[in-house]
Amino acid sequence: MADIVIIGDGPAGMNAAAVVHAHGHRPILITESRQAGGQGYRRPSPGLELDMPSLMGSEAGKYLALHARFEAIRSAIDYRQNTLVWNIENRTLHLLRDGVASTQSFDALILATGAMDRIAPVPGWTLPGVFTLGGAQVALKDQGCFIGRRVAFVGSSPLLALAAQQYRKLGADVVVIADTTPLLDKVAALPSLANSPRTLLRGLAYLGGAWRAGVPVLNGVTALAIEGDDHVIAITLKDSGNRDRRFACDAVALGYGLKPETQLAELAGATLVYDETFRLWLPRTDAYGRAGPGLYLAGDGAAIGGADAAEASGALAAHAALADLGFAEPGATMLGLRRRVGRLRAFQQGLARAFAWPVAQIGALADSVTLCRCENVSVGDVRRAMDQELGPVEINRVKAMTRCGMGRCQGRVCGPSLQEIVAGHAGIAGAAAGRLRVQAPVKPIALAAADAIS
Amino acid sequence: MSRLTVDVAIIGGGLIGAWSAYFLARRDKRVVIIEKGVVGAQSSGTNFGNLRLQGRFPGQYPLSLRSQALWEQLEDLIGDRCEFEQTGHLYLSFDQKEREKIEAYAAVSETYGLTIDHLEPSDLRRRWPWLSERVVAATFSARDATANPRLVTPAVARAAKGLGVTVIEHCRVTEIGSGGGAFTVKTDTGTEIDCGQVINAAGAWALAIAEQFGETAPLFPAGPPQFVTEPYPYFIEPSIQAVDGSVIFRQIPRGNIILAGYPRTAADPVANRAPVPAAKTLSAMQSLAKVVPALANCHVIRVWSGIEGYLPDMVPVIGPSRTTPGLFHAFGFCGHGFQIGPGVGLCLSEMIVDGETATPLEPFSIARFENPVETDEKFRREFDSEPAPDRSAS
Amino acid sequence: MTRSGSAEAQFIRAVPRRGASVPLTLDGQAIMATEGESVLAALLSQRGFLRRLEFGGEPRAGFCLMGACQDCWVWTETGGRLRACTTPVAAGMALSTATPALRP
Repeated sequence: MADIVIIGDGPAGMNAAAVVHAHGHRPILITESRQAGGQGYRRPSPGLELDMPSLMGSEAGKYLALHARFEAIRSAIDYRQNTLVWNIENRTLHLLRDGVASTQSFDALILATGAMDRIAPVPGWTLPGVFTLGGAQVALKDQGCFIGRRVAFVGSSPLLALAAQQYRKLGADVVVIADTTPLLDKVAALPSLANSPRTLLRGLAYLGGAWRAGVPVLNGVTALAIEGDDHVIAITLKDSGNRDRRFACDAVALGYGLKPETQLAELAGATLVYDETFRLWLPRTDAYGRAGPGLYLAGDGAAIGGADAAEASGALAAHAALADLGFAEPGATMLGLRRRVGRLRAFQQGLARAFAWPVAQIGALADSVTLCRCENVSVGDVRRAMDQELGPVEINRVKAMTRCGMGRCQGRVCGPSLQEIVAGHAGIAGAAAGRLRVQAPVKPIALAAADAIS
Repeated sequence: MSRLTVDVAIIGGGLIGAWSAYFLARRDKRVVIIEKGVVGAQSSGTNFGNLRLQGRFPGQYPLSLRSQALWEQLEDLIGDRCEFEQTGHLYLSFDQKEREKIEAYAAVSETYGLTIDHLEPSDLRRRWPWLSERVVAATFSARDATANPRLVTPAVARAAKGLGVTVIEHCRVTEIGSGGGAFTVKTDTGTEIDCGQVINAAGAWALAIAEQFGETAPLFPAGPPQFVTEPYPYFIEPSIQAVDGSVIFRQIPRGNIILAGYPRTAADPVANRAPVPAAKTLSAMQSLAKVVPALANCHVIRVWSGIEGYLPDMVPVIGPSRTTPGLFHAFGFCGHGFQIGPGVGLCLSEMIVDGETATPLEPFSIARFENPVETDEKFRREFDSEPAPDRSAS
Repeated sequence: MTRSGSAEAQFIRAVPRRGASVPLTLDGQAIMATEGESVLAALLSQRGFLRRLEFGGEPRAGFCLMGACQDCWVWTETGGRLRACTTPVAAGMALSTATPALRP
């Protein structure tokens, strides 16, 4: 019996587990979370009287079906929740659960580690009340809470309108939906988005609803500052007509699309390649999700594709792993899934153009803006280090000199912006700035864990 | 192809190369540093940052003390403190045998004029009440210090540059021609350098250069596994080392605790990789929590290593070549080059400019490898198994 | 600059929660949470921040809310550290916004 280990219990990991189980195997599904579903399809925490199907709207059917499929196999798989994988070496996972360290070997490893929001700093973004856009949704779905009474949704992402719609539906005051990408750029990206008209129409419907409700919907803005002393009191923007706008609010949801959690993939041996469209380092896989011997990547942790692509790519990676282990014949199912994943991810390439990462705005950030919120490093600290004689021009050297990206989150939050600041200040391409190398542990581990080895 | 004529070409932009360049430039020599990557990126930039005087190889004390005097003037010399903190070093012993060992180290240190506090458990509880009660005795040297290795080498190289030194990064030496008392250094970027003297300060990559001149040393690469915690309230002032080698740690005033532990790990200078095995991370964490139980809830956030050159007698090679006048070696610092870096640079500059240095450097001669050398007890303790010299390190 | 941190709740409950009351303390004061709540939601439903930045003391209230950014941790009175967004409340938790004394 081979050990097939899946990490992550979002749509990709859940579906991978279902496929492995359907082939008569008992997968080990390891997750840090306590509620299955990942970030998008997260189940509410126990006791929360949240009508998820109503909140999920047009996606309710998929949400319910995914969780129903998973419930059916849950007791038949080795499901380890609340478990961190902090290192991978020599086909062995190093685990930590409730402060106790252990290991787990594997024959095939399917990483479905998901993604987090990609963030561009703005003056005031470290104030209490500023959260990621994904975080704003998690607060609602997992905890039944709004991140504030009067919320501004700012960034560049189709999820701005979706999250704002969910907030409005439950009674929050949405003060503005402000997207940094100009409307004309969105229109220009339409042809590639037309591949998936349903998703496109859904996005337009959310925006239409907001607009009808009198919520200002702005495109082509520049975020100027989040104001406040010890909490958010307003956000100021420059709109597409170059007018200063100020919106009083007590919370801001900030998001510029997603960035994959690639740390474990890198430790497991995946190669990361710079993607010019997303301006992110993404793990290299074949069309089935293979990233190396016995290593498979699925879901948004492999390539941003959204929930539908995550479900399909999870199943696809599981089929590939089973086939490679000699437990199944590659067949028509795999080919169908491969085409589906390819189509859905191509749509995301269009989205990345319609909701662009604001490279120029990041490059123009003032020196005083905080870049690394863990280590309290400013944009100016980075530029000054680079300006020195023999100053660094490579991102890992910049980190060594300034501590930017060296803190508890290990560059998860500041990494993409640091990359742009370095590339912009050196006048080099994004890829030429290099990539923050990952080191274990992928998340902080307490010294006491080493004393409690199971 | 560009051609450059200087007095001294230094191969390797690490701490040794940078300090050598600095002191030579102060004596009006024209100097070029040739670095295959960027300055201070290898062991000079990834080491623990200890400026420890206690427990050094006896023959090294004159050099070490001279070097410490330079560290103490760091800001005056290069205009940057580089987080230099003179907060002392504490050696811990956990049993009688270890106690004898630190007392023997202390006796040597005192011979050379270092002031050592000999501490009993009652002293320890008064001065550092958070230390484990397992400690049976300790020795403390107040003159020992620490600095941030990531900052030091680039800062020294900058100061050298300010004195007129040419620093060429991303340039690999391919061949060194010699004859008529002069050298021509050829590189992979096409730059050729004519010079009267060459300093081989190429760290874990230095052997290939020595071998071009018919000299050898059993140099092999290894990595010191190192770990850093999240920022924690500052309370550990001295740098602390368990003499059994299980853990060495220090806290910087901003809060992070940096720790390391033996044995060292294998490193690959060809792929330029020195991975830290998970088991070593856990054992270092365990060792620290044993020495400072109050840190049990403190989190490790990052591990790293670097590639260092080691020799079996745990003594570096410093001094003139035996085969080629004008060639000087400074490599194989066995994980303790940071403290003596400035001193080595100063001595090399004196040897080149004055023809001699007052600091005794005989114990460091490459000549000792013309006969088999004895493997040091430290060496056996600090490695998982006795590694063979790595001839692929080129 | 040390900013005080807001005493006003940051989070607003949108959906009711069923469950047993869970008593905690924060800076020595008794507070009530509900079973199933995260430490983060429980604290931010009552106040405006979770902890202070080590460098300068500015208040912080977390950021990603999904266990990635490591910004939302809180001290326990015994010197432990909890990631507030992923830790459910438990009876008897003693939390602190001040740095506990680590030296015995």
